[in-house]
Amino acid sequence: MSEKTLTRMDLSEAIFREVGLSRNDSAQIVESVLTRMSDALVAGEQVKISSFGTFSVRDKAARIGRNPKTGEEVPINPRRVLTFRPSHLMKDRVADGNKR
Amino acid sequence: MIRSELIQQIADENPHLYQRDVEKIVNTIFEEITNAMARGDRVELRGFGAFSVKKRDARIGRNPRTGESVHVEEKHVPFFKTGKLLRDRLNGK
Repeated sequence: MSEKTLTRMDLSEAIFREVGLSRNDSAQIVESVLTRMSDALVAGEQVKISSFGTFSVRDKAARIGRNPKTGEEVPINPRRVLTFRPSHLMKDRVADGNKR
Repeated sequence: MIRSELIQQIADENPHLYQRDVEKIVNTIFEEITNAMARGDRVELRGFGAFSVKKRDARIGRNPRTGESVHVEEKHVPFFKTGKLLRDRLNGK
């Protein structure tokens, strides 16, 4: 099994194949979907896609980190991070598909 | 935001498309990403993030209630890494 990397182009191609929308229009919609999801997350909203998974934004507190090489202490500023929690359906499909 | 709200937003942006086609388009995007990971492939969406599959080795687990040891088999799990652009946007950059 050789591992491939899919990109926006492959998603557009799938839309062209499934719905028959032109590759150009498909690419534009892929972009819109990613933009809409990003905008909601930046606004602090959770993005919940049933049977796919949930993206949520979490606040991380400031802490003192350490450069593992030099041992030097460096402050890490408070920040917002994005986490993705896959749905049960996705977990099952990924686990089953990759079973040897 | 939930799936149906996302579909509605995309439908409003594209009044020339039938609602049911927009639904199919949005579903195809998520379906395609899941299918790729089920094959062991990665999906890289620059600026947004990348979906990949991580292998979890077999381990000896423990039933937290009884303390009994159980063998947990090797498995593969979905993983998402946020893209740089989105990470920066989340932090107001």
